[in-house]
Amino acid sequence: MLEVDDLHVEFPTDDGLVRAVRGVSFGLRRGEVLGIVGESGSGKSVTSMAVMGLLPDTARVSGAIRYDGKNLVGASDKEMSTVRGKRISMVFQDPMTSLNPVYPIGYQIAEAILAHENIRKDAAMKRAVELLEVVHIPNPEERAKAYPHELSGGMRQRIVIAIAMANRPDIIIADEPTTALDVTVQAQILEALANAQAETGAAMMLITHDLGVIAGQADRVQVMYAGKVVEAGTAEEVFYRPRMPYTLGLLGSLPRLDVRSERLTPISGSPPSAVNMPPGCPFSPRCPMAAPECDVEEPPLEQGMTATHFAACYFSADVEGHTPDEIFRSTEAADAASGSSAREGSR
Amino acid sequence: MRTSETTAVPAATTTGEPVLSARNLVKHFPVRGGGLLRRKVGDIHAVCDVSFDIYENETLGLVGESGCGKSTTARLLMDLHPATSGDVYFDGTSISSLSRKQMQRTRRNMQIVFQDPYASLDPRMPVNEIVAEPLRIHGVYDADRVRQLLHTVGLRPEHGNRFPHEFSGGQRQRIGIARALALEPRLLVLDEPVSALDVSIQAGVLNLLEDLQAELGLSYLFVSHDLSVVRHVADRIAVMYLGKIVEFAPAERLFEAPAHPYTQALISAIPIPDPQKERSRQRIVITGDVPSPGNPPSGCRFRTRCPKFANELSESDRTLCVEQEPELIDRGQGHPAACHFAESAALL
Repeated sequence: MLEVDDLHVEFPTDDGLVRAVRGVSFGLRRGEVLGIVGESGSGKSVTSMAVMGLLPDTARVSGAIRYDGKNLVGASDKEMSTVRGKRISMVFQDPMTSLNPVYPIGYQIAEAILAHENIRKDAAMKRAVELLEVVHIPNPEERAKAYPHELSGGMRQRIVIAIAMANRPDIIIADEPTTALDVTVQAQILEALANAQAETGAAMMLITHDLGVIAGQADRVQVMYAGKVVEAGTAEEVFYRPRMPYTLGLLGSLPRLDVRSERLTPISGSPPSAVNMPPGCPFSPRCPMAAPECDVEEPPLEQGMTATHFAACYFSADVEGHTPDEIFRSTEAADAASGSSAREGSR
Repeated sequence: MRTSETTAVPAATTTGEPVLSARNLVKHFPVRGGGLLRRKVGDIHAVCDVSFDIYENETLGLVGESGCGKSTTARLLMDLHPATSGDVYFDGTSISSLSRKQMQRTRRNMQIVFQDPYASLDPRMPVNEIVAEPLRIHGVYDADRVRQLLHTVGLRPEHGNRFPHEFSGGQRQRIGIARALALEPRLLVLDEPVSALDVSIQAGVLNLLEDLQAELGLSYLFVSHDLSVVRHVADRIAVMYLGKIVEFAPAERLFEAPAHPYTQALISAIPIPDPQKERSRQRIVITGDVPSPGNPPSGCRFRTRCPKFANELSESDRTLCVEQEPELIDRGQGHPAACHFAESAALL
């Protein structure tokens, strides 16, 4: 339904060219939930902004984002506005900044409907109240008159979800929708998102750094690192049989709620700066399996054992079936011996 | 202990006198009106009657959601906020009875590491100076000690001449830990020490804290909102809700058999990074948000969101919840929980 093909996003800055997204390709099928995980600076949010056409003018975007027979890269603002908010909508991380503080929430939801549909104002308001009910806001009629500051963080995020589903979009992009919220509220919001998706039949791109959220929600998972997709597959494939050392490292560094872990296996060093990225695999400075060829050319995203599982690593066959401990323990020992983690610049 | 009351805190694995004890800590913050006189119009009940002990070489986890008073509790221990009432004992001595000079000496033994490594380090000081500052204040500066501290937390000596902005989040947090260790404290208060870090970096800092504890025999108060992290590091865990400890248990026990409905909801709300497990879990979803600490509910503070109160209890049972505040005592679950109808449940 949505196809992203070789997307590049670059930002010229005083320090040099920041290559935030470097050749990302993926497809989104009707009704599925695609989870995108990655740490800060991996390019996951920039990818979603590119799809929405929300990047600043200074950004240089190349590649193609095909939706409904149109290429959204380079589309005019006017063309984009027929898609944005109607066919593809977005839920941002911070509900306080994505709502307008000076208008009542009912009005803001109605505004989203009126922007794309030619109906009477009172009909739009009625729809807004219905939407508030769908996202489980108590006393929707009363609440429609409330201003954002009168609501809690969880409620505000529900309003944002109501706005996102107002025009029955084909795609909902949720960018860290629960990061600003407490866990008990997070559970409620994830439920509201799943309801919104079921109600509208939309596909969802769920962007988060929380592997637990991905495990519970996503049908397919895409792991991003330094502006690239380094592993993609079904949730089971990525979590149970990772083929990229980075994915394995992430899983190993996570303390688990369900099992008492003896010791965590961290990944040494930190992600590379997006300016002046060296050739070769971006993960190789932190990778215990790195070989000389890794620094020569960047490994392409290649198919693994199944048709749905891809990884960008020359040694993915060796990664599969190993525990994080087996592969990353050696680097931790080396780190301790040298008395330092890998040298890093500022982020 | 100098207090007569016996708290129902479960015995720690370590024995002997506690390093630090909190007794009936209360902290109210005044809410002021907007007028010219800024008259006091109410109180935020941030911490209400919190008591616990921390023993040598032990990690006590303090968990809860935002606004539950866990960070305020940490600051009360360090005497960074004066307590409204209650006492903190370090090595058996009440710190409120100490003179400024004596307090300064006690401070050497207890140090704090803050959450945000971007805000807690002076951007205009080189790392060597940041780590040396506590040594200078206490008149024990020694350049070798600074180098040794940097080495202890996994930084190289040449890092010492750089400024905080030249480091990544994980390394900055290491600098904060080196500063806290400078005076060889016996207790570290860790206020969300890894919350601002990416997971791959977080694991390294957690391992470092573990190593330091084993090496130096430190006691930790580990404050966090992340139950997974707390399970990993803590020996005993206190769960806070709206200024009160609602459940207190050895770490394994808390996850095997949580007894308070809030703890149960919290555990069941945290996603597990395992697709099959995560999708087949039993969920206790609680509705609504945390009520305002300016006007906490009567009786049990959790009753407004409690699934048990809403779905299981009879009318007369509910009256008890509304009228009487449940004490933090053991009601047959093997550890204390502040719920009239505490009942252990297996959730993981």
